Amino acid sequence: MDIIISEWKKLAKKIRIDILKMTSEANSGHPGGSLSCVEIIITLFEHEMNLGKGSDDPDRDRFVFSKGHAVPAQYGYMLEKGILDPEEIHTFRKQGSRLQGHPVKGRTPFTDFNPGSLGQGVSAATGMALGYKMKQSPQKVYVLIGDGESDEGIVWEAASAACHYKLDNLTYIVDMNAVQLDGATKDIMNLGDLHKRYEAIGFLVDEINGHSFEELLEAFSHHEEGKPHVILAHTIKGKGVSYMEGNYAWHGKAPNAEQLEIAIKELEEA
Amino acid sequence: MSEKKLLATRAGYGQGLLDTGALHDDLVVLEGDLGAATGTTAFGKAYPDRYIEAGIAEQNEVGMASGLAAAGWKPFVTSFAIFTAGRACEIVRNAIAYNNMNVKLIGSHCGITPALDGGSHMCIEDIAWMKAIPGMVVLNPCDYNQTRLMVKKLYEYDGYAYMRTSREPVQCVTSMDDEIVIGKAQVLREGQDLTIAATGIMTTFVMEVAERLAEEGIECNVLNYHTIKPFDEETLIKYVRETGNLLTVEEHNIYGGFTESCRAALFTKADNIRTDYVAVEDRFGETGTRLSLYPIFGLDNETIYNKAKNLLNKE
Ligand SMILES: Cc1ncc(C[n+]2csc(CCOP(=O)(O)OP(=O)(O)O)c2C)c(N)n1
Ligand SMILES: [Mg+2]
Repeated sequence: MDIIISEWKKLAKKIRIDILKMTSEANSGHPGGSLSCVEIIITLFEHEMNLGKGSDDPDRDRFVFSKGHAVPAQYGYMLEKGILDPEEIHTFRKQGSRLQGHPVKGRTPFTDFNPGSLGQGVSAATGMALGYKMKQSPQKVYVLIGDGESDEGIVWEAASAACHYKLDNLTYIVDMNAVQLDGATKDIMNLGDLHKRYEAIGFLVDEINGHSFEELLEAFSHHEEGKPHVILAHTIKGKGVSYMEGNYAWHGKAPNAEQLEIAIKELEEA
Repeated sequence: MSEKKLLATRAGYGQGLLDTGALHDDLVVLEGDLGAATGTTAFGKAYPDRYIEAGIAEQNEVGMASGLAAAGWKPFVTSFAIFTAGRACEIVRNAIAYNNMNVKLIGSHCGITPALDGGSHMCIEDIAWMKAIPGMVVLNPCDYNQTRLMVKKLYEYDGYAYMRTSREPVQCVTSMDDEIVIGKAQVLREGQDLTIAATGIMTTFVMEVAERLAEEGIECNVLNYHTIKPFDEETLIKYVRETGNLLTVEEHNIYGGFTESCRAALFTKADNIRTDYVAVEDRFGETGTRLSLYPIFGLDNETIYNKAKNLLNKE
């Protein structure tokens, strides 16, 4: 496992650089929340999910990028793994591109729901998991949720349904970077103790460091029959770029050429 | 009259809140974690006690506004159009309209100009959703100045209303000295050849096209429908009867939008009018820029110009 993790760390660095390059070139996009979920994406795609024969395989596990504005993390992964053509990095957020501002089913590989409107992906993922249960299919469903996104009532309506229907084929991963668009989550809308909230509803709950591959792997290995699983992954918004870390101003702002250079240097030297 | 600097109507809304909020301490703003985008952040800095952050929870944001109004405040509820008018639609209908609450609903980033975010963030349905609600006033001011003035009008209006604002910077075609009346179209240009009725930022592009047509000797009436509901039939019918034609221009789906309101007026009040429209043809948007998307969606100046010429050539 050690060897893999050292490779994954290198991959994470490359993906972070891709995120910065594509948002910078587009002069648009969301670097902060993309940089925070890189290790989560790698662990999901490299290890946890059964990707079957690829994106078009109807029997593979399902992935809903509910905090879809952070999709540059997935684009970066797919660019590095050759699922996307390297040149496509220059098309991000441009007319006619597969790399839309928010991913689009049928257009973007490994996209099982068109997100953008926060909260709805959680509901749709829960419905998918219910649907596979009803068909006795072994497919699993994973949904990546923002901590700000968790303000939405629909997230909690879905969570109730997930427990009510005993969806143990469903995993919520919450990117707990503690920041949303206009500020810190505790200042914008304090949701209290998410661990206790999910536990009270009936989830199997893990709370971990979302930048640690070891902790992610450990959390993903947990399973309890009859219970949906939530992983509360504590991360740093803007992870890896000193001037972005923890700063809400970089939620939806792209680095300019000079800032990009500084960021890449920091990442490469780290 | 017109200034060259490009400004977005969302910025006019932000400035209007500062103007009107300074005079009335019962004006409160609710925001759905989008202040940096909708233009409300400055109000929040100036009046932190009257700035209510609702988080990313638009349904509760609208529901709470109903309660705040019941408690004697005058709420301005702000988010993107797709969320204020869309996500919270039924709550607007029941908690605000059916309960008859004095709440002002603002939908920023309307139309297809939240272009880089792509299809999920665009809103070409809000006029339809909002105008179908009994008693809802629907506003779509054309530029920075008009939006800024409209905030004062909204505050003074005793009832519920929806106003859409835009992300896209456009030139100002109206002045801060203009008299605007909710429910009365503003005549920006008069001419005997063609009547163009436009709403929202499209009005500013129509003014550019009207200028080009004037250089060719074609004189247009340009009617600026900053109010879509209540619909000003009188102004439309007057000008349309004079020119015998009508081109409508809107950044909204053709179904349920401004063009349909015009059609309804013509249906009962005017015959033999040659008409055409510029609107979104029942399709979702995608990532691009305004300049790359407008031609694809048939909303660009060239399309407006060609449709105007075609209407005249049919004579
Ligand atoms: C329903 C809805 N409301 C508002 C927005 C606008 N918006 C996009 S991202 C964002 C903040 C998200 O914060 P969080 O979920 O914490 O994401 P992260 O920090 O991981 O980027 C907001 C308010 C949206 N996309 N959908
Ligand atoms: Mg966050």
